[in-house]
Amino acid sequence: MPHIDVELDRLRNKLLEMWDLVEYQLSSGREAVVNGDKELAQRIIKLDRKVNNFDIKIDRMCENFFALFNPVAVDLRTVLAILKINTNLERVGDTAEGIARFACKLNHPLDPELIELTKVLVMYDEALAMFTECRTAFKEDDPKQAKALIKRDKTLNKIYRKSDAVITKYIKAHPDRIAESLALLSIIKKLERVGDQVTNMAEEIIFYREAKVVKHRRKKKKKE
Amino acid sequence: MKKPSKLEAINLDAYYGDFHALKSINVAMEEKAVTAFIGPSGCGKSTFLRTFNRMNDYIDGFRIDGQILLDGRDIYANDVQVDELRKEVGMVFQKPNPFPKSIFENVVYGLRIQGIKDKKILQETCEKSLRQAAIWDEVKDKLDKSALALSGGQQQRLCIARALAIQPSVILMDEPASALDPISSAKIEELIYELKKDYTIVIVTHNMQQAGRVSDYTAFFYMGELVEYAKTKTMFTSPHDTRTQNYITGRFG
Repeated sequence: MPHIDVELDRLRNKLLEMWDLVEYQLSSGREAVVNGDKELAQRIIKLDRKVNNFDIKIDRMCENFFALFNPVAVDLRTVLAILKINTNLERVGDTAEGIARFACKLNHPLDPELIELTKVLVMYDEALAMFTECRTAFKEDDPKQAKALIKRDKTLNKIYRKSDAVITKYIKAHPDRIAESLALLSIIKKLERVGDQVTNMAEEIIFYREAKVVKHRRKKKKKE
Repeated sequence: MKKPSKLEAINLDAYYGDFHALKSINVAMEEKAVTAFIGPSGCGKSTFLRTFNRMNDYIDGFRIDGQILLDGRDIYANDVQVDELRKEVGMVFQKPNPFPKSIFENVVYGLRIQGIKDKKILQETCEKSLRQAAIWDEVKDKLDKSALALSGGQQQRLCIARALAIQPSVILMDEPASALDPISSAKIEELIYELKKDYTIVIVTHNMQQAGRVSDYTAFFYMGELVEYAKTKTMFTSPHDTRTQNYITGRFG
């Protein structure tokens, strides 16, 4: 394998490793919220440092790659994409850490009615699935899968947009459960961000595979 | 862990008559790694490269002060046989220079000079060296044909095979790809990347990108001085000296 490909592989594998770690953080976050597992939540919070180290390492690897290999065309786009995906992954990691912090505050057991009404777990599962599939799309260089992911973000946005009203209504009916409701609302907000970050990463996959810029496009269409 | 140094220059000064070509150079080069020498024309990088196999000895008025150590041994010591030294330290030049002989005879030339006549040894060495130089598949059916009929890129890989045949531990390369087209040049670079598993390689290049792609360490020379010597990664991302920075970013002079 040519030297440049060896180095690109190293870079890609490093990013996939980070992706695994953040995926673990995110999926454990769900467990911590559902089971009220505060110990697990603490572990997730601690993992943030490891994610940050990956972030720095990948930044540095990209910098070296640019300096040493002067990449062009698909190689250039790939490294640019890796650099941006890295930033997004780090933010998903921060989001997972944030969710874990709320998991620490939640008093258990949670009201099943609240879970049902807000659809927070439906949202969580969808966000996790999108996050995992985005990793596959990157690993398999699959822009089709990436495009499908961008569409799926709508599901998350829908749940998010309704959440304010749902929670307000619930709080009125259960004034003793305000803290729990607000924590769940914050988690929903964070999951909405995960959807956005997956969308960003999917856009980068399309960019490096097809040399097409798809970000900011949807908003324009709406205005037309 | 840092690998041991294979080549080392200690307080090395070199002169062409009155001209002070290298000024107290101190540098240690790692074994089985690629070190690139960069710098503008006339900076002394080729002169320095040629001290490692005493190629400068032929030049009138050339002299050195200081030491060059190969595996800890001073190669300018009185008891050193230059022929023996050059078996250990092979060299590849800018322009491919095959002999006007067959491909086979080019590769085994060094062995024949050493008096080796055993056909089996010659054939085995020839195949092994050509394979190592990544040219075997292209020439295996025409080993008896003239080396001069090969393309420039093939000739250069043949010259590398010829250097490898005498089993050196160090290979010096003086702009080995600058006379070649980009594809042949890329092949030579890939070859260097492969060869460093077994050999210590020192390469002089004018092509900064090439230094970036192939080398582990880079030394920047300017007006006979070694301005900076560092890991290539460091040199190309955050050089210490302003002169290095100006040179590698193309802002020099």
